[in-house]
Amino acid sequence: MKNKLSSILITFAFVFVFVLFYKGLKNTNIYTPEKKINNVVPLFTVDLFSTGKKVNSIELFSAEKFYLLNIWSSWCVPCRQEHPLLMYLSKNKIVEIIGLNYKDKKINAQSFLDELGNPYKNIIFDKEGIYAIEWGAYGVPETYLIHNGVIIKKYIGPLNEELIKEIKSLIK
Amino acid sequence: MKLLKLFFIIFIIFSLNHLKANNENIKNDITKNLRCLTCQGQSVYDSDSEFANSIKILVKKKLNEGLSKKQIYKFFKDKYGEWILYETELNKNTYILWLLPILIFLIGGAIVFKNFIFKK
Repeated sequence: MKNKLSSILITFAFVFVFVLFYKGLKNTNIYTPEKKINNVVPLFTVDLFSTGKKVNSIELFSAEKFYLLNIWSSWCVPCRQEHPLLMYLSKNKIVEIIGLNYKDKKINAQSFLDELGNPYKNIIFDKEGIYAIEWGAYGVPETYLIHNGVIIKKYIGPLNEELIKEIKSLIK
Repeated sequence: MKLLKLFFIIFIIFSLNHLKANNENIKNDITKNLRCLTCQGQSVYDSDSEFANSIKILVKKKLNEGLSKKQIYKFFKDKYGEWILYETELNKNTYILWLLPILIFLIGGAIVFKNFIFKK
Protein backbone atom coordinates (compact mmCIF):
# COMPACT_ATOMS: atom_id res chain seq x y z
CA MET A 1 0.00 0.00 0.00
CA LYS A 2 2.76 2.36 0.98
CA ASN A 3 4.73 1.43 -2.15
CA LYS A 4 1.77 2.04 -4.39
CA LEU A 5 1.14 5.44 -2.85
CA SER A 6 4.75 6.53 -3.27
CA SER A 7 4.86 5.40 -6.91
CA ILE A 8 1.68 7.37 -7.62
CA LEU A 9 3.18 10.38 -5.89
CA ILE A 10 6.42 10.13 -7.87
CA THR A 11 4.57 9.76 -11.18
CA PHE A 12 2.41 12.75 -10.31
CA ALA A 13 5.46 14.82 -9.44
CA PHE A 14 7.16 13.91 -12.75
CA VAL A 15 4.09 14.77 -14.78
CA PHE A 16 3.71 18.06 -12.92
CA VAL A 17 7.35 19.05 -13.52
CA PHE A 18 7.12 17.99 -17.18
CA VAL A 19 4.01 20.06 -17.81
CA LEU A 20 5.52 23.04 -15.98
CA PHE A 21 8.73 22.96 -18.03
CA TYR A 22 6.91 22.25 -21.28
CA LYS A 23 4.72 25.28 -20.76
CA GLY A 24 7.79 27.31 -19.83
CA LEU A 25 9.34 26.52 -23.23
CA LYS A 26 6.68 28.60 -24.91
CA ASN A 27 7.01 31.59 -22.61
CA THR A 28 8.79 34.54 -24.06
CA ASN A 29 11.98 35.41 -22.26
CA ILE A 30 12.14 38.93 -23.56
CA TYR A 31 11.37 41.28 -20.74
CA THR A 32 9.60 44.56 -21.14
CA PRO A 33 9.79 46.82 -18.12
CA GLU A 34 6.68 47.16 -16.03
CA LYS A 35 4.61 49.94 -17.47
CA LYS A 36 4.82 52.14 -14.44
CA ILE A 37 2.22 54.78 -14.95
CA ASN A 38 0.77 57.46 -12.71
CA ASN A 39 4.30 58.48 -11.88
CA VAL A 40 5.15 62.14 -11.66
CA VAL A 41 7.40 63.67 -14.28
CA PRO A 42 11.01 63.06 -13.19
CA LEU A 43 12.82 66.13 -11.97
CA PHE A 44 16.22 66.96 -13.44
CA THR A 45 18.01 69.61 -15.47
CA VAL A 46 18.11 69.07 -19.19
CA ASP A 47 19.85 70.64 -22.20
CA LEU A 48 17.61 72.09 -24.85
CA PHE A 49 18.34 71.07 -28.42
CA SER A 50 17.79 74.43 -30.11
CA THR A 51 19.48 76.81 -27.70
CA GLY A 52 21.66 74.57 -25.58
CA LYS A 53 20.11 76.27 -22.56
CA LYS A 54 19.71 74.28 -19.35
CA VAL A 55 16.16 74.07 -18.01
CA ASN A 56 14.36 72.11 -15.37
CA SER A 57 12.44 69.14 -16.78
CA ILE A 58 9.34 70.06 -14.82
CA GLU A 59 9.17 73.51 -16.46
CA LEU A 60 8.57 71.89 -19.83
CA PHE A 61 5.41 70.22 -18.56
CA SER A 62 4.26 72.95 -16.21
CA ALA A 63 0.89 73.94 -17.68
CA GLU A 64 -2.24 72.07 -16.66
CA LYS A 65 -2.79 70.35 -19.97
CA PHE A 66 -1.85 67.26 -21.94
CA TYR A 67 1.67 66.76 -23.27
CA LEU A 68 3.24 64.04 -25.31
CA LEU A 69 6.88 63.22 -24.69
CA ASN A 70 8.38 61.43 -27.66
CA ILE A 71 11.82 59.81 -27.52
CA TRP A 72 13.35 59.78 -31.00
CA SER A 73 16.59 59.63 -32.88
CA SER A 74 17.70 60.21 -36.45
CA TRP A 75 19.27 56.73 -36.64
CA CYS A 76 16.07 55.01 -35.52
CA VAL A 77 14.04 53.58 -38.40
CA PRO A 78 10.69 53.16 -36.57
CA CYS A 79 10.92 56.86 -35.61
CA ARG A 80 10.74 57.70 -39.31
CA GLN A 81 7.56 55.61 -39.57
CA GLU A 82 5.75 57.36 -36.74
CA HIS A 83 6.93 60.86 -37.61
CA PRO A 84 4.03 61.72 -39.98
CA LEU A 85 1.61 60.88 -37.15
CA LEU A 86 3.41 63.25 -34.81
CA MET A 87 3.30 65.92 -37.53
CA TYR A 88 -0.44 65.37 -37.82
CA LEU A 89 -0.92 65.77 -34.06
CA SER A 90 1.05 69.00 -33.90
CA LYS A 91 -0.35 70.53 -37.11
CA ASN A 92 -3.92 70.07 -35.92
CA LYS A 93 -2.92 71.31 -32.44
CA ILE A 94 -4.31 68.19 -30.80
CA VAL A 95 -1.55 67.94 -28.23
CA GLU A 96 1.73 69.65 -27.47
CA ILE A 97 4.70 67.41 -28.18
CA ILE A 98 8.05 67.58 -26.42
CA GLY A 99 10.83 65.61 -28.07
CA LEU A 100 13.75 63.82 -26.45
CA ASN A 101 16.57 63.37 -28.90
CA TYR A 102 18.28 60.14 -27.83
CA LYS A 103 22.02 59.52 -28.39
CA ASP A 104 22.20 61.45 -31.60
CA LYS A 105 24.46 63.88 -33.42
CA LYS A 106 23.04 67.38 -33.64
CA ILE A 107 23.68 67.65 -37.39
CA ASN A 108 21.92 64.38 -38.13
CA ALA A 109 18.99 65.25 -35.89
CA GLN A 110 18.64 68.65 -37.54
CA SER A 111 18.64 67.19 -41.06
CA PHE A 112 16.05 64.61 -39.92
CA LEU A 113 13.79 67.48 -38.81
CA ASP A 114 14.50 69.52 -41.96
CA GLU A 115 13.51 66.55 -44.08
CA LEU A 116 10.41 65.36 -42.23
CA GLY A 117 9.29 68.47 -40.36
CA ASN A 118 9.47 69.49 -36.73
CA PRO A 119 6.41 68.59 -34.63
CA TYR A 120 8.11 69.37 -31.32
CA LYS A 121 7.54 72.46 -29.22
CA ASN A 122 10.77 71.81 -27.34
CA ILE A 123 13.44 69.19 -27.74
CA ILE A 124 15.55 67.82 -24.93
CA PHE A 125 19.03 66.94 -26.17
CA ASP A 126 20.15 63.69 -24.58
CA LYS A 127 23.59 62.96 -25.93
CA GLU A 128 24.51 60.29 -23.37
CA GLY A 129 21.10 58.66 -23.07
CA ILE A 130 20.85 59.39 -19.34
CA TYR A 131 17.70 61.52 -19.41
CA ALA A 132 15.86 58.69 -21.15
CA ILE A 133 16.76 56.47 -18.18
CA GLU A 134 15.28 59.04 -15.80
CA TRP A 135 12.03 58.48 -17.71
CA GLY A 136 12.37 54.72 -17.40
CA ALA A 137 12.83 54.27 -21.13
CA TYR A 138 15.05 51.60 -22.61
CA GLY A 139 15.05 52.30 -26.30
CA VAL A 140 13.67 54.38 -29.12
CA PRO A 141 10.94 55.21 -29.94
CA GLU A 142 8.90 55.57 -26.79
CA THR A 143 6.05 57.96 -26.12
CA TYR A 144 4.54 59.18 -22.86
CA LEU A 145 1.23 60.91 -22.35
CA ILE A 146 1.43 63.43 -19.55
CA HIS A 147 -1.35 65.30 -17.79
CA ASN A 148 -0.88 67.76 -14.91
CA GLY A 149 2.71 66.62 -14.46
CA VAL A 150 1.75 62.94 -14.16
CA ILE A 151 2.57 60.22 -16.71
CA ILE A 152 -0.77 58.63 -17.51
CA LYS A 153 0.18 56.41 -20.43
CA LYS A 154 3.34 54.92 -21.86
CA TYR A 155 3.77 53.52 -25.37
CA ILE A 156 6.82 51.39 -26.17
CA GLY A 157 7.64 51.25 -29.89
CA PRO A 158 6.35 53.37 -32.76
CA LEU A 159 2.90 54.97 -32.65
CA ASN A 160 0.29 53.87 -35.16
CA GLU A 161 -3.16 55.05 -36.29
CA GLU A 162 -4.91 53.07 -33.56
CA LEU A 163 -2.77 54.47 -30.79
CA ILE A 164 -3.33 57.99 -32.14
CA LYS A 165 -7.08 57.33 -31.88
CA GLU A 166 -6.57 56.15 -28.30
CA ILE A 167 -4.55 59.25 -27.44
CA LYS A 168 -7.24 61.46 -28.95
CA SER A 169 -9.97 59.78 -26.92
CA LEU A 170 -7.89 60.09 -23.74
CA ILE A 171 -7.36 63.79 -24.30
CA LYS A 172 -11.04 64.57 -24.79
CA MET B 1 61.67 70.18 4.91
CA LYS B 2 61.74 69.77 1.14
CA LEU B 3 61.66 66.04 1.56
CA LEU B 4 58.67 66.32 3.85
CA LYS B 5 56.82 68.42 1.25
CA LEU B 6 57.60 65.92 -1.46
CA PHE B 7 56.44 63.09 0.73
CA PHE B 8 53.23 64.97 1.49
CA ILE B 9 52.51 65.58 -2.21
CA ILE B 10 53.12 61.94 -3.09
CA PHE B 11 50.90 60.88 -0.22
CA ILE B 12 48.02 63.08 -1.46
CA ILE B 13 48.35 61.85 -5.04
CA PHE B 14 48.25 58.25 -3.92
CA SER B 15 45.30 58.72 -1.62
CA LEU B 16 43.34 60.54 -4.34
CA ASN B 17 44.11 57.74 -6.71
CA HIS B 18 42.81 55.26 -4.20
CA LEU B 19 39.61 57.24 -3.71
CA LYS B 20 38.93 57.22 -7.42
CA ALA B 21 39.68 53.54 -7.74
CA ASN B 22 37.31 52.88 -4.87
CA ASN B 23 34.47 54.69 -6.66
CA GLU B 24 35.24 52.70 -9.78
CA ASN B 25 35.01 49.45 -7.79
CA ILE B 26 31.62 50.40 -6.39
CA LYS B 27 30.46 51.31 -9.89
CA ASN B 28 31.55 47.89 -11.16
CA ASP B 29 29.81 46.17 -8.23
CA ILE B 30 26.57 47.99 -8.97
CA THR B 31 26.63 47.44 -12.73
CA LYS B 32 27.35 43.72 -12.23
CA ASN B 33 24.12 43.46 -10.25
CA LEU B 34 22.04 45.31 -12.87
CA ARG B 35 20.42 43.32 -15.65
CA CYS B 36 20.78 44.70 -19.16
CA LEU B 37 17.20 44.92 -20.42
CA THR B 38 17.99 45.06 -24.12
CA CYS B 39 20.52 42.23 -24.19
CA GLN B 40 19.45 38.97 -22.65
CA GLY B 41 21.54 37.11 -20.14
CA GLN B 42 24.07 39.88 -19.66
CA SER B 43 24.67 42.29 -16.85
CA VAL B 44 25.08 45.98 -17.54
CA TYR B 45 28.77 45.53 -16.67
CA ASP B 46 29.26 42.86 -19.35
CA SER B 47 27.22 44.52 -22.04
CA ASP B 48 28.29 47.14 -24.53
CA SER B 49 24.81 48.05 -25.77
CA GLU B 50 23.58 51.64 -25.96
CA PHE B 51 21.29 51.08 -22.99
CA ALA B 52 24.01 49.53 -20.82
CA ASN B 53 26.51 52.26 -21.65
CA SER B 54 24.02 54.95 -20.65
CA ILE B 55 23.38 53.16 -17.37
CA LYS B 56 27.12 52.97 -16.67
CA ILE B 57 27.41 56.73 -17.19
CA LEU B 58 24.40 57.38 -14.97
CA VAL B 59 25.69 55.13 -12.16
CA LYS B 60 29.00 57.00 -12.23
CA LYS B 61 27.16 60.33 -12.13
CA LYS B 62 25.00 59.23 -9.20
CA LEU B 63 28.07 58.01 -7.27
CA ASN B 64 29.75 61.37 -7.84
CA GLU B 65 26.61 63.06 -6.54
CA GLY B 66 27.17 61.10 -3.33
CA LEU B 67 24.36 58.57 -3.57
CA SER B 68 24.84 55.26 -1.78
CA LYS B 69 24.64 51.82 -3.38
CA LYS B 70 21.23 51.26 -1.85
CA GLN B 71 19.87 54.56 -3.15
CA ILE B 72 21.11 53.79 -6.66
CA TYR B 73 19.46 50.35 -6.61
CA LYS B 74 16.25 51.96 -5.43
CA PHE B 75 16.45 54.50 -8.26
CA PHE B 76 16.68 51.78 -10.91
CA LYS B 77 14.03 49.64 -9.19
CA ASP B 78 11.61 52.57 -9.28
CA LYS B 79 12.26 53.16 -12.96
CA TYR B 80 12.30 49.62 -14.33
CA GLY B 81 10.86 47.31 -11.70
CA GLU B 82 12.60 44.72 -9.56
CA TRP B 83 13.59 42.60 -12.57
CA ILE B 84 16.55 44.91 -13.24
CA LEU B 85 18.28 43.72 -10.04
CA TYR B 86 19.96 40.31 -10.19
CA GLU B 87 19.85 39.98 -6.43
CA THR B 88 16.20 40.25 -5.50
CA GLU B 89 15.25 41.80 -2.22
CA LEU B 90 13.48 39.97 0.59
CA ASN B 91 9.82 40.99 0.51
CA LYS B 92 6.44 39.32 0.50
CA ASN B 93 6.77 38.30 -3.16
CA THR B 94 10.18 36.70 -2.71
CA TYR B 95 9.78 34.89 0.64
CA ILE B 96 9.44 31.54 -1.13
CA LEU B 97 12.48 32.21 -3.29
CA TRP B 98 14.71 33.00 -0.32
CA LEU B 99 13.29 30.60 2.26
CA LEU B 100 12.62 27.49 0.13
CA PRO B 101 16.30 26.44 -0.15
CA ILE B 102 16.69 26.71 3.62
CA LEU B 103 13.48 24.74 4.12
CA ILE B 104 14.58 22.01 1.68
CA PHE B 105 17.96 21.86 3.39
CA LEU B 106 16.31 21.43 6.79
CA ILE B 107 13.90 18.76 5.54
CA GLY B 108 16.73 16.92 3.78
CA GLY B 109 18.81 17.14 6.94
CA ALA B 110 15.93 15.76 8.96
CA ILE B 111 15.51 12.82 6.56
CA VAL B 112 19.22 12.05 6.65
CA PHE B 113 19.25 12.32 10.41
CA LYS B 114 16.19 10.11 10.84
CA ASN B 115 17.21 7.39 8.39
CA PHE B 116 20.93 7.12 8.90
CA ILE B 117 21.87 8.45 12.27
CA PHE B 118 18.83 7.91 14.46
CA LYS B 119 18.35 4.37 13.13
CA LYS B 120 21.57 3.19 14.73
